[in-house]
Amino acid sequence: MNRDSNRQKNTSMEILWKVLRFIGRYRFLLILSILLASASVILQLYVPILFGDAIDEIIGEGRVNFQRMWYYLRRILVMVLLSGVATWIMNIINNRVTYRTVQDIRAKAVRHIQVLPLSYLDRHSTGDIISRVIADTDILSDGLLLGFTQLFSGIVTIIGTLIFMLSKNIWITLLVIVLTPLSFFVAKFISSRSFQMFRKQSDARGRQTALIEEMIGNQKVVQAFGYEEKSSEKFAQINSELKEYSQKAVFFSSLTNPSTRFVNNVIYAAVALAGAFLIPGGHLTVGGLSVLLSYANQYMKPFNDISSVVTELQNALACAARIFSLLEEEPETADSSGTLSNVKGKVDIQNVCFRYSPEKKLIENFNLHADPGKRIAIVGPTGCGKTTFINLLMRFYDVNSGTISIDGQPVMGLSRHSLRKSFGMVLQDTWIKNGTVRENICIGKPDASEEEIIEAARKSHSWEFIRRLPRGLDTVLREDSLSQGQKQLLCITRVMLCLPPMLILDEATSSIDTRTEMMIQEAFNQMMEGRTSFIVAHRLSTIRNADEILVMKEGSIIEQGTHEELMKKGGFYKNLYNSQFVKVSD
Amino acid sequence: MRTLAPFLRNYKKESILAPFFKFLEVVFDLLVPIVIARIIDVGIARDDRGFILQNFFILILMAAAGLTVSITAQYFAAKASVGFSTELRQAVYDHIQGLSYSEIDTLGTDTLITRLTDDINQVQNGLNMGLRLLLRSPFIVIGSMVMAFTINVRCALIFAGAIPVLFLVVFVIMYLSIPLFRKVQGKLDDVTGLTRENLTGVRVIRAFCREEESVREFDESNRELTKLNELVGKLSALLNPVTYVLINIATVILIHSAGIQVSLGNMQQGEVVALYNYMAQMIVELIKLASLIITLNKAAACAGRVAGILHVNSSMDYPSRTSETVSGNSAVEFQDVSFSYPGTGAPSLSGISFSVKKGQTVGIIGGTGSGKTTLVSLLARFYDATSGRVLLDGVNVSDYSQKDLRSRIGVVPQKAALFKGTIRDNMKWGREEATDEEIWDALSTAQAREIVEGKPGRLDFALEQNGKNLSGGQRQRLTIARALVKNPEILILDDSASALDFATDAALRKALSRLKGKTTTFLVSQRAASIRQADLILVLDDGTLCGQGTHESLIRSCSAYREIYFSQFPEEQLRYETESKKISGADTAAAVSGKEVLS
Repeated sequence: MNRDSNRQKNTSMEILWKVLRFIGRYRFLLILSILLASASVILQLYVPILFGDAIDEIIGEGRVNFQRMWYYLRRILVMVLLSGVATWIMNIINNRVTYRTVQDIRAKAVRHIQVLPLSYLDRHSTGDIISRVIADTDILSDGLLLGFTQLFSGIVTIIGTLIFMLSKNIWITLLVIVLTPLSFFVAKFISSRSFQMFRKQSDARGRQTALIEEMIGNQKVVQAFGYEEKSSEKFAQINSELKEYSQKAVFFSSLTNPSTRFVNNVIYAAVALAGAFLIPGGHLTVGGLSVLLSYANQYMKPFNDISSVVTELQNALACAARIFSLLEEEPETADSSGTLSNVKGKVDIQNVCFRYSPEKKLIENFNLHADPGKRIAIVGPTGCGKTTFINLLMRFYDVNSGTISIDGQPVMGLSRHSLRKSFGMVLQDTWIKNGTVRENICIGKPDASEEEIIEAARKSHSWEFIRRLPRGLDTVLREDSLSQGQKQLLCITRVMLCLPPMLILDEATSSIDTRTEMMIQEAFNQMMEGRTSFIVAHRLSTIRNADEILVMKEGSIIEQGTHEELMKKGGFYKNLYNSQFVKVSD
Repeated sequence: MRTLAPFLRNYKKESILAPFFKFLEVVFDLLVPIVIARIIDVGIARDDRGFILQNFFILILMAAAGLTVSITAQYFAAKASVGFSTELRQAVYDHIQGLSYSEIDTLGTDTLITRLTDDINQVQNGLNMGLRLLLRSPFIVIGSMVMAFTINVRCALIFAGAIPVLFLVVFVIMYLSIPLFRKVQGKLDDVTGLTRENLTGVRVIRAFCREEESVREFDESNRELTKLNELVGKLSALLNPVTYVLINIATVILIHSAGIQVSLGNMQQGEVVALYNYMAQMIVELIKLASLIITLNKAAACAGRVAGILHVNSSMDYPSRTSETVSGNSAVEFQDVSFSYPGTGAPSLSGISFSVKKGQTVGIIGGTGSGKTTLVSLLARFYDATSGRVLLDGVNVSDYSQKDLRSRIGVVPQKAALFKGTIRDNMKWGREEATDEEIWDALSTAQAREIVEGKPGRLDFALEQNGKNLSGGQRQRLTIARALVKNPEILILDDSASALDFATDAALRKALSRLKGKTTTFLVSQRAASIRQADLILVLDDGTLCGQGTHESLIRSCSAYREIYFSQFPEEQLRYETESKKISGADTAAAVSGKEVLS
């Protein structure tokens, strides 16, 4: 137990240290900010003293020393202006450090995402990673940097106040010091009570967000089933639960302020009482008492700030931990330097084994030899390892054992860019960038000319729909602006534009009608002339013309040959093929 | 802002009482300097310890009273702000339920979700802070001024001059920064979007070696956000020092004229201290107000976004009751229907006319983007036809009440969406009162019986969000079963067998054909084999109906259908070509339009 909390402390110290290193770039700005904070705090604390001195020059009717009073007032004006300027510059510096740090962390995170192994990205939900990069970073910067400066100016204020008060009267100062812990105890008592409610609140909020994502994310289904009322009811139920916890959490936590203010007022009254008893003895002036009173008023504020800063710091560190766990996630294995040039397209796969998780077998002892220019089709039931095979070819995942080589060079010795550039890949899961049609097509060849783009679009038969979009190639696409089939056509156009030496088509035409597909197929045929290609398809008409068909089941090849050979053989493939002709009526 | 105000109506009492108790607290706070002044001017001057002690206890009592009213104020503020946001959230949620597909398309799901969660939370925070603190500061500031008048009118005029200037400064900075805050939120949306893109598109980005470009694009957006943030920061950074300097200048003027007043014998030293204390209180409050205003600015920007959703109205009206149905023979009829999606130029469907008898099976086939999904969406009235009429049982679909229409039509959408809960819960989506037996029947028809039988707890098996713990094919079959449980008059399967292998697909169609009788089925498919047996096949090409009829008639009369069919069954092409040579003379006679074949 003890060791556990120790380790906890260590790790949060470690995180703090890491955060400090991140801000390290801005250390000069930070030091400047701290200096400015001290300057403005000290100036602000000195101003009440000068006011007190000025008031002491106003004794009564005809007993006002205007000369001295003006002298103090002039000094006050100068100090106030200086302090105002210092505060402004400090605020600007703090803002800059905060926002630049956020920018740095996000930039680093996005760079890291580029080199993270796909196994990590596939395993973690997109929403979770986004919330680390966006929300957690915001909380970190707000909490930590503002926390630091408040913590610092708080400490300076407390020390400064005590010194200035001492200069006025020792006994009253001691009185204040003795009474101070009172407000700490009160604040602590309340925050430990409200913490429970906050946890319940965030629990309920989490459940509500999940419901919102599920229901609003599938709003069309909700409406198609007339489920709107039920959906509203479900929401209302969790909403009222949240309301109950929130009201309590908000109320309990808002007790801190009035309670500490009460303690503060008691201290204030005590200072007034003690001062009033001391003045007749000549230990204190009336101006001095007014200074002490105004200090007593200000003195508690930094304490409140510091206690809230501590909770905010904890929150910020929790968020930092989430960010750093992303940033420190092991990247892909180091890249090799080998490059492919003049790819012929001979692909050899020897004794390849691969598992996503150690306890679940997937691809076992996989062997394949593909001659340059051959068209290899892969079929098989869901979960047989077709897509995994492609993950391995593209090195999205690395094999556990065995070798894959291209033109005799093992892929592990090649740079990932060189390997991936030699493949053109179209996946079933189409991905469209938020951007224009042109940007989406040119992903593989950013410098393509207008003619080349149109040519590729014509070949892939996407030109017909692009032409009719409101602004043609410059139409900005959003996630829902195209039908699934149109998205696939666009993805094919991408590949048609950059003409890589080898092709991977993973269910690339599953949402495209067969007629268009046949026309695309012709273009593919032209393109595949002399290019090795791997085709995964459900639709057996798509693969009938392949040079070789691999029938996969449970991670290994069970049949292999041309369409005719396999049909003649009368095995698994023939069954699969014939199942599409089953008549409905008996 | 005005749009959101009505959501406070149930909390009128609380939202008045919270500031009222805050006001009482302020009164106690404001009395403190007076008591202090009495201590100085009476107690100290006469060295009357009893009087001083008495006033000390008055101070303590006032502090205790202040605590009580302040806690009461916090209670009402918490109740009002949380209650407000609860009602607002519900209202926004309910409002979204009533939006039609067109509005959901234009808004986009992502914004809807962030506005329901993040933005409303920000508004709640803002309101709570506002109720508690926003009024406290003006109370203190104005109260200080009033108190100052009771002490010395001439000196109080300085307060009266300083306060409007201070409020003006606060107002100007707020006025300038609110639109900027809204811009910041927008830029943050961009950065979030790019982060998402880097994650969802990771395979494509890596396959095309676009890592550097995506990072560059992200950096650009990231830098713009920083720049904007720094600009807003510079502006709000002014608030605190400017108010501080202004109020201290006012205090200097105050002390100066107080000096003159005391010198003339119009005022006492203790009263100067009291006036100074009022100024000091104002400083503290205004500094608090400055940081509060930044929170409020953010909340106001978010409130604008939330109100934006409430301003979007559904483009669809439903009558409260269905008009009398004409119980004719035809289940569905399209009369010269055209449709274009809002914001797009070219129509997605034009001049579609056909008629379907009760109990028939209709196959819809056609090229990518030819309007198949759009056609069935019009039937279910997810969108309203731009022109022409869609009739269901002889009545225009727009004359049905929403409930009635939805209960008649069962849709299996392309996206197989299931929800968190047991399988039974999911199956009951269409019909709350369905029995287990009926559910099992539907599951058998949808070829999903063995999926459910293989799960622990069977119908009680708990699905995760979006049915994540099932495979794509399993999800699809369950969504089909869900529509069947509804026992609809019209069943629409929108390419919802795409993830099924051919054998399962065939078995499914066989089972569906046994439902015959009451149910009219629409099958949208890419597979010619899936629709070949249909009583009526609609062939769509680029938004027009280029052929309708049975397989046998279309293969002769419709070239588009022929192309689709032969592209999937090349063997049959040969047979057809030899056959058609034999009967080439009769060919033209057989090529009648689909409508004639039907009638």
